[in-house]
Amino acid sequence: MRTNVGLNVGGAALCLLAATLPASAEPLPVTEVAPGVLVHQGAIAEPAPDNAGDTANMGFIVGDSFVAVIDTGGTPELGVRLREAIAARTDRKPVIVINTHMHPDHVFGNAAFAGVPIAGHANLRDALAARQEVYRQRLAEELGAGAAAGIAPVRVDRPVAEEVRVDLGNRILVLTAYPTAHTNNDLTVFDRKTGTLFTGDLLFVDHVPAVDGNATGWLRVIDRLERVPAVRAVPGHGPARVAWPGALDAQRRYLTVLVEGVRRVLKAGGGIQDAVAHVAEEERERWLLFDAYNPRNVTATFAELEWE
Amino acid sequence: MMRHPPMGLLAGLLIVLSTPGLAATDAAEDAARWDILQGMYFKDRPVEEAGALIRIDAPARAHDAALVPVRIEVEPSLRLKSLSLLVDKNPVPLAATFRFGPASAGSSIETRVRVNEYTNLHAVGETQDGRFLMTVVHVKAAGGCSAPAVKDPQEAMARLGRIKVKLPETLSPGSPATAQVMVSHPNSSGLQFDQVSRTYIPAHYIQSIIIRAGGQTVLEADTDISISEDPNLRFSVLPTGGGSLEVVAQDTKGATFTHSVPLTTGAAKGDPAL
Repeated sequence: MRTNVGLNVGGAALCLLAATLPASAEPLPVTEVAPGVLVHQGAIAEPAPDNAGDTANMGFIVGDSFVAVIDTGGTPELGVRLREAIAARTDRKPVIVINTHMHPDHVFGNAAFAGVPIAGHANLRDALAARQEVYRQRLAEELGAGAAAGIAPVRVDRPVAEEVRVDLGNRILVLTAYPTAHTNNDLTVFDRKTGTLFTGDLLFVDHVPAVDGNATGWLRVIDRLERVPAVRAVPGHGPARVAWPGALDAQRRYLTVLVEGVRRVLKAGGGIQDAVAHVAEEERERWLLFDAYNPRNVTATFAELEWE
Repeated sequence: MMRHPPMGLLAGLLIVLSTPGLAATDAAEDAARWDILQGMYFKDRPVEEAGALIRIDAPARAHDAALVPVRIEVEPSLRLKSLSLLVDKNPVPLAATFRFGPASAGSSIETRVRVNEYTNLHAVGETQDGRFLMTVVHVKAAGGCSAPAVKDPQEAMARLGRIKVKLPETLSPGSPATAQVMVSHPNSSGLQFDQVSRTYIPAHYIQSIIIRAGGQTVLEADTDISISEDPNLRFSVLPTGGGSLEVVAQDTKGATFTHSVPLTTGAAKGDPAL
């Protein structure tokens, strides 16, 4: 694996990783949600010592020749454990790591896949470059310096501007990049063979949606997503497998309530704090982590919609 | 008077006060910091407690450290010459100074700030007779100054310099109205790090916003990197009956952005430029 990396910089990074990442670890538990489609379900929680940062779903798809990895978890160690889970299930090797978006709970495990090309939205590199240092510091605060050690430098080898196909051997994956929604770098992965759609955080189930992009853009993207001919989806947060497209309904309702509520406050001449106090309150009982994210969603959506 | 502190002094201040202390010493540390800031920005002139005359309304725990709404309520009968907002523990503590002109209808003001760590916010009003009145609140938030800029950089650059003005649906001459001015600008703090280029994104922010109504000054704001991206001000204006509300904003690269909306009384408002 090391001989694949020709650049000195990459070699140095690998040495660093070799020093900080465990060579092996307990494989992550995974569920086969469709033939050859394996998913590890993260906790619906904020990253904390009791969940070791394992708060996002991730998975892999096994073709006749190769494996594709979809998101890698919130710490380098989770990436190693995902790698072990892959090795325990198949002797075929990962040829691509696909990052569904920039958030640390989905990408910090990339460190365990140093020799494997990374695919992501065309905006992913710049977006993550601007945030990675802040994300690293936050992880060190949440889980300790050890958990944040060995995070790999930002790397996107296969930027996706619209759509890219990946052939794993008798198995085509379709990678689709979307306009600003959950973030400005959301990407989905569709396995045509089984009709399974990895939505990344374009779909939250049970976990309240987090707006780090644009709520109205997200609603438009939901309309587009709904037409994807999938039979099941793997959300970025929530169960390992949900029915498609019905699983979009609750999230669409929440975002609609959010946008309409903020527009009402704006129309009445209210400020951000009025909006934070009231908007989407009726959604509180329907979601986990509501208080952790709804006030921020309202704040972000207010700052977005006041320019309308 | 409200100039930047010399960098050497500021650096010294930060070193002195960044020494980790026990929780019990936090209050003492906050007081020591304020002593230094007061000397730096108010030239050792006495600063009195404002009591009920000035009040800060800010969330005790911010939802987004890069966008913390702060409203400074000033007792309507108290007409200030200027009002300063300080985020004590930010790298540049003085967020903004507002000087009020004849077309101001009151000294209350609302804006949004970045908060870098748990900190006190101070508002200091300067009365017409030159006294300083101070009030303080504590805000829990962290990371606001180095927080990544803008969620959608392409959209932000396309919108840079756009100014939006919001006025009530109806205006009557001589009767105070709340207006809002928004300036689209990344307001880069110079503290945002790009991991690919291994450099800090250069500071680039709005440093002055001047607002006039019917040719008379409503307020002049000197603003700094503690103000959130897309600087946003809500304030009281005294419509004169006709004329326009004019906004002139200037950034640190010397760019000037202007916008003007009619102050037609009684007419439905919107923003014709949008």
